[in-house]
Amino acid sequence: MIFILKYDGSFEGFLTCVFEVYERKIDKVSICKSTIATDTFFEVCETVITEERKAERVWKGLKKKCSSAGTSNIYRAFLSEYDDIENTLLEYIRYAFKSLKSIDGDYGNKHVLRTSKVAKMVRREKHRMDAFVRFRLTKDGIYFATIEPDFNVLPLNLKHFKNRYADQRWIIYDLKRKYGLYYNLKTVETICIDLDRSINISEKNSNYFTLEEFDYQNLWKNYFKSTNIKSRKNMKLHVRHVPKRYWKYLSEKNPQ
Amino acid sequence: MNFERIKEKLNILADAAKYDVSCSSSGSKRSNKNKGLGDSSGMGICHTYTEDGRCVSLLKILLTNHCIFDCAYCVTRKSNDIKRAAFKVQEVVDLTINFYRRNYIEGLFLSSGIFKDADYTMERLIAVAKKLREEENFNGYIHLKSIPGASDELMREAGLYADRLSVNIEIPSVKGLKLLAPDKNRADFIKPMEKVKNEIIQYKNEKKLIKSTPIYAPAGQSTQMIVGASGETDAEIMYTSAQFYKNYNLKRVYYSGYIPISYDERLPSIGTEVPVLRENRLYQTDWLLRFYGFDVRELLNKEHPNLDTDVDPKLSWALRNLQHFPIDVNTADKRMLARIPGLGMKSVHKIINARRFRKLNWEHLKAIGIALNRAKYFMVCNSRNFETKDRTAAQIKGLILQESKSKFSKTYSNQLNLFTSNLPLSV
Repeated sequence: MIFILKYDGSFEGFLTCVFEVYERKIDKVSICKSTIATDTFFEVCETVITEERKAERVWKGLKKKCSSAGTSNIYRAFLSEYDDIENTLLEYIRYAFKSLKSIDGDYGNKHVLRTSKVAKMVRREKHRMDAFVRFRLTKDGIYFATIEPDFNVLPLNLKHFKNRYADQRWIIYDLKRKYGLYYNLKTVETICIDLDRSINISEKNSNYFTLEEFDYQNLWKNYFKSTNIKSRKNMKLHVRHVPKRYWKYLSEKNPQ
Repeated sequence: MNFERIKEKLNILADAAKYDVSCSSSGSKRSNKNKGLGDSSGMGICHTYTEDGRCVSLLKILLTNHCIFDCAYCVTRKSNDIKRAAFKVQEVVDLTINFYRRNYIEGLFLSSGIFKDADYTMERLIAVAKKLREEENFNGYIHLKSIPGASDELMREAGLYADRLSVNIEIPSVKGLKLLAPDKNRADFIKPMEKVKNEIIQYKNEKKLIKSTPIYAPAGQSTQMIVGASGETDAEIMYTSAQFYKNYNLKRVYYSGYIPISYDERLPSIGTEVPVLRENRLYQTDWLLRFYGFDVRELLNKEHPNLDTDVDPKLSWALRNLQHFPIDVNTADKRMLARIPGLGMKSVHKIINARRFRKLNWEHLKAIGIALNRAKYFMVCNSRNFETKDRTAAQIKGLILQESKSKFSKTYSNQLNLFTSNLPLSV
């Protein structure tokens, strides 16, 4: 009999599930988000309520067993939102708790290997967001950007943008997951707003943005063109570095 | 701000600056101060890539393209009939800040044609950096060109505001420089480089005693050489490069394949292809010197003055030195692992990590993501099957070329065809 633990999709929720697995000594178990779990006849399904205290205990224990690279790999891999990632991570965590020495570098173990691979994909997506966010200055004096990353990387981007743009108010909004970060010159808050569809980067919407904003976008596009060396044209390399799925958020890749 | 006028200037002065290869924005330690703007303490970021596949990380412009020199290889040379323009200091500051705030760039790369004299030009460059740092509290990345012949006092000041300083050697050999840029001499390039090197050493020493010593050029200095303009061999280029790394503690030497821009008879004519493959091989060699523990004399010497085009320099070295192989990946030290063709330093680290837990076989290596198509001929692991059946270097090379497909294969087979048909060429 397989035990299925459903949780709310948060990282704390996942850690609470791990806690339950150990607390109740459940052997055959599968953890999945409640949004995708379906009840079946042969399995026992149970919804786990997220508890900060339990999550904290698991996380503290992991920090003792893993290097800081190891724990951050676990967190990053979790943010991939892959359907089955919880079970890979559970196996990783079991292996880590069982082992006497740190297992973060054991790439011969398939769970460790997969975790590190997925974490790497997430890390790259985070880095791409650091690069591809394009702020536009709104009439309220807020630098505003929308993104649609492959993974839920916004929590990882927070520190980078907070350190860098300490003297300007900014919003980065994830359209896919319908939440964003807002920096109010002191702290960063998570926000949910209803966005007008015409706020797309390809549209010149002077209801929201300053006129100067379009001048700067224009300058940037011009710069982008002038700095290109035509005799070295290499579109294959270009597209590899700037995959087409990101183009809609890059002003320099949008005609106006 | 008059956007139309700025646009015009930006087009001219970005176009003229694009032949400078360096666009790195990493390696600085400048973090955000007093809730100012910007932070360059992390890794470098490429905010976009041009259609030629090069990274755009910095706003790379010239302050002006007026120039008193007439170097044959340069677009902004005095005798070239092109549109000239000049930015005002404040214009560069505004552009940088506004691009930075929109997350377009990591900072500024400011170079310039030389107007009046070296010191006058250097002073203008410093003025921009100073204004950014002191008036705008800007902590983004600033890369300034050291103008050949600039005075020591100015170089000292430049390093206090800039993260990186660079002076381009351009022509790898002294005789080439004499031919193509008769008004310049090597010593003028060396002088600011020497000064910056000494300042960095001094900064590091003082920092140990006094914590508040103001930081000096934290991302070090770099230089650039044009490849394929003045007839040097690969060995000449790399020996010059190795010497600069050693004597001036450079962070990077960039190699820029010559892009024909002139009908001057001393240079490859317009329409000649940019030597991208050669450029790539030189960078590979550069990496082998800096990260893989190779000595330049192992890779290039009297018998091998030029790098192979059809195989990479490490494979080429390995084929000449088969006596060191095969290497056992489960026991070899890091230095030897790094010498296996096809293994990068990341693979080396993964192997060293993973072999602490178990002896690795081919399946493990594949799963970790080690590229084996070249490596398998040069290593053994915890498995009975291995490829070393007393093959000669030529046989191994043949097998590797047969099995792999290089993105450059068209380029070098073309070049070979040209060789056989006795056409005059400048490769």
